[in-house]
Amino acid sequence: MSALFIKNTRILDPDSGYDAIGHILIQDGRITDFGENIKAPKSIKTLDGTGLICAPGLIDMRVTTGEPGRENRETLETAAQAAIAGGVTSMVIMPETNPVIDDLSLVDFLQRRGADLPVNIHIGAALTKGLDGRSMTEIGLMADAGAVLFSNGQTPITDAQIMRRLLSYSASFGALIANRALTPALSDNTVAHESDFAARLGLSAAPAASERIMAERDIALAELTGGRLLVDLISSAQTVDVIRRAKATFHKNIACSVSINHLALNEIDIGDYRSFAKLAPPLREEYDRQALLRAVNDGTLDVIVSDHNPRPAGEKRLPYAEASSGAVGLEILLAAGLSQVADGALDLMAFLAALTCNPAKLLGLNTGRIATGAPADLVLFAPNRPWVCDSEQLKSRSKNTPFDGRRMTGKAVHTVKDGDVVYSG
Amino acid sequence: MSYAPTLIDNVFGGIRPAARALNKAASTIQSWHETGTIPQKHWNDIIIAAAEFGHILTAESFFPLSPQVPAQHGYSFDKPHCLSITDFHRVDIENLLELGGHYLDLSVQKSTREGPLRGKTLVNLFFENSTRTEKSFELAGKRLGADVISMNIGSSSVKKGETLLDTATTLNAMNPDLLVVRHGASGAPALLAQKLSCAVINAGDGMHAHPTQALLDALTLRQKLQETGQKIDKRDIGGLRIAICGDILHSRVARSNVQLLNILGADLRLIGPPTLIPIGAENWGVDIFHDMETGLEGCDVIMMLRLQLERMNGAFVPSKREYYHYHGLTREKLAYAKPGALVMHPGPMNRGVEISSDVADDPEISLITRQVEAGVAMRMAILHALSEAQNRAQIKAAS
Repeated sequence: MSALFIKNTRILDPDSGYDAIGHILIQDGRITDFGENIKAPKSIKTLDGTGLICAPGLIDMRVTTGEPGRENRETLETAAQAAIAGGVTSMVIMPETNPVIDDLSLVDFLQRRGADLPVNIHIGAALTKGLDGRSMTEIGLMADAGAVLFSNGQTPITDAQIMRRLLSYSASFGALIANRALTPALSDNTVAHESDFAARLGLSAAPAASERIMAERDIALAELTGGRLLVDLISSAQTVDVIRRAKATFHKNIACSVSINHLALNEIDIGDYRSFAKLAPPLREEYDRQALLRAVNDGTLDVIVSDHNPRPAGEKRLPYAEASSGAVGLEILLAAGLSQVADGALDLMAFLAALTCNPAKLLGLNTGRIATGAPADLVLFAPNRPWVCDSEQLKSRSKNTPFDGRRMTGKAVHTVKDGDVVYSG
Repeated sequence: MSYAPTLIDNVFGGIRPAARALNKAASTIQSWHETGTIPQKHWNDIIIAAAEFGHILTAESFFPLSPQVPAQHGYSFDKPHCLSITDFHRVDIENLLELGGHYLDLSVQKSTREGPLRGKTLVNLFFENSTRTEKSFELAGKRLGADVISMNIGSSSVKKGETLLDTATTLNAMNPDLLVVRHGASGAPALLAQKLSCAVINAGDGMHAHPTQALLDALTLRQKLQETGQKIDKRDIGGLRIAICGDILHSRVARSNVQLLNILGADLRLIGPPTLIPIGAENWGVDIFHDMETGLEGCDVIMMLRLQLERMNGAFVPSKREYYHYHGLTREKLAYAKPGALVMHPGPMNRGVEISSDVADDPEISLITRQVEAGVAMRMAILHALSEAQNRAQIKAAS
């Protein structure tokens, strides 16, 4: 195995709070030493990190690909290329494929497909068979086979009794159950956040209460059953308050994720019916965005995800109401967050924690930290490098991003996976 | 289309000689000179008088073959599309209404050989069913001399998998100059406008906008005000208190009317049950009421909206009976408004649901049939103005 010496870089480890200029020594794919006073062994490959920040490789807990079944959207291979270009070294893939990842053999198949890729592929398996919302999958067997989280994809478990049993049953395996926070009766057939803006555009809209109601229900059920709950993709200020209250009284089993899109954009980005800004959950008001940023800074929100959801142009270049929701985000995640850091809206350490050690702990991974003996999955980024996002330059097979043409601050420069430099840009 | 000054000066040699020849007060002629147009009832007298001066005039003299779109305040209409009222500013709207008024005065079938849209192709693309809007655009296009094609796409083609942009590409190949679109999705005409090289006119998109309906409503109202003589100054739509009543939530007509009447300075009210008022409407520059009694107080104009009957299923309102009881416009409720208040409805009406027949059919107060009449004139004006703007843009691009 290779050895690598990263010199003169600012080492940031959110897990330990370590923040100093120094060097990192990597041998056999693991960090063997790091700090200010270590010496490079003779004839070792060296990476100069001057002016860059070195952090643990990012862990993206919510990536949808098209493999198997929808390879025209994205394959694991193209998603992996996009990931390393964005400093992501581990990703959890969502079960919304064709067929749905609801079976032991598919978990196994995808893990083997992912083994040769330059990123760690972790499986988010389906909670219910075919995502039907009713019949439980083999949660225990799939967890043993390596599935790190269980999700019903974009559609939440509507039936409270089923959700209760899922949380209750999975608690014995310690499996993490992710449920989208939305109430279908309020959100079905809507395409925007209910506000003055959506009413002017004449878009059918769901109120933020739709998200809050489901989040409150799931928290109550987690409390009842002792199951581990991830309130998936929250987007509104009122849900932040719900999470904050829940964590104040009963915090151990509850975590919460937010997508980078909702930290960087608001409903005004829909502008003149830009279907590329059509997302699920919908972009909300600036007030909500500010509340989400504060919640990341104070630790109320545990995890930031890209919510990578590749869609070919044919599904996006439609009238707003008819276009499909979602945006690619693997390559945008770090830069969009660093842009918020540069604006003074996000705390760098809190932002990185939500992408490294927090998801690692939730998923039980041994990555996401810079520590002696930890796997050498690292990202070196230029925190203030300006660039313009050009969707055509993205590595993803689909180019649907609302950030096209935007000025960004901060970019991944090198991505290191198991001690190998897998990306330099 | 300001033809009166030229006519008065060239035929009669000025205002005073014209006044003598026509046996009218000089101030009357003066007012024609200023407004630029001559009311139709005087045409016959003028033609006879002009003959004595050796000038042969015809009806066409009062309707020049290529009338100019009015250019008030030195500003000419240069908008490439008509997608939403918010595309326009006050002067655009005044110019359009003035031209619409001209076509309304002249409600005669024009010779199609000579209209200002001669040689232009107008495509009507309707993804949703429509009778009056589609036919009035068709008629407006034909009266102005355009070649008109109407395409009813309906839902069948959509099921075949053709997307809106596929349809747009097909259309582009036909090289239309003007495209009238109605589509069920908000923002669809805006998407077409980005992809096509012709002028796009929004004939209703989802719950977003129906700008030509709002303009024709304003034109109807202004004509009526001018006739009754109460409000000679046309800016006086601005002095009116106007209530828009009923299903505001699902109405593109209401949204466009709110924007237009706000620009024209009216005192606007929205009246409807809370389930049918959009979230955030209090930020639209309107006052919101949930009962007709207080809402209609002091209103000069009442615009009723159609209640789509399928709304009963979504628990927006409990029944037709209850809706009619609280929100249907009847003589009794009309009594809350200002005496002589006018009633409008964009059609088609549900009689006995949002409006009673005796109110709808009372010619003294109901402007409903006039709205249909103004529809053709207003659409002629919009097509004409867009076509002229297109010509100017082409000339500019060529030079």
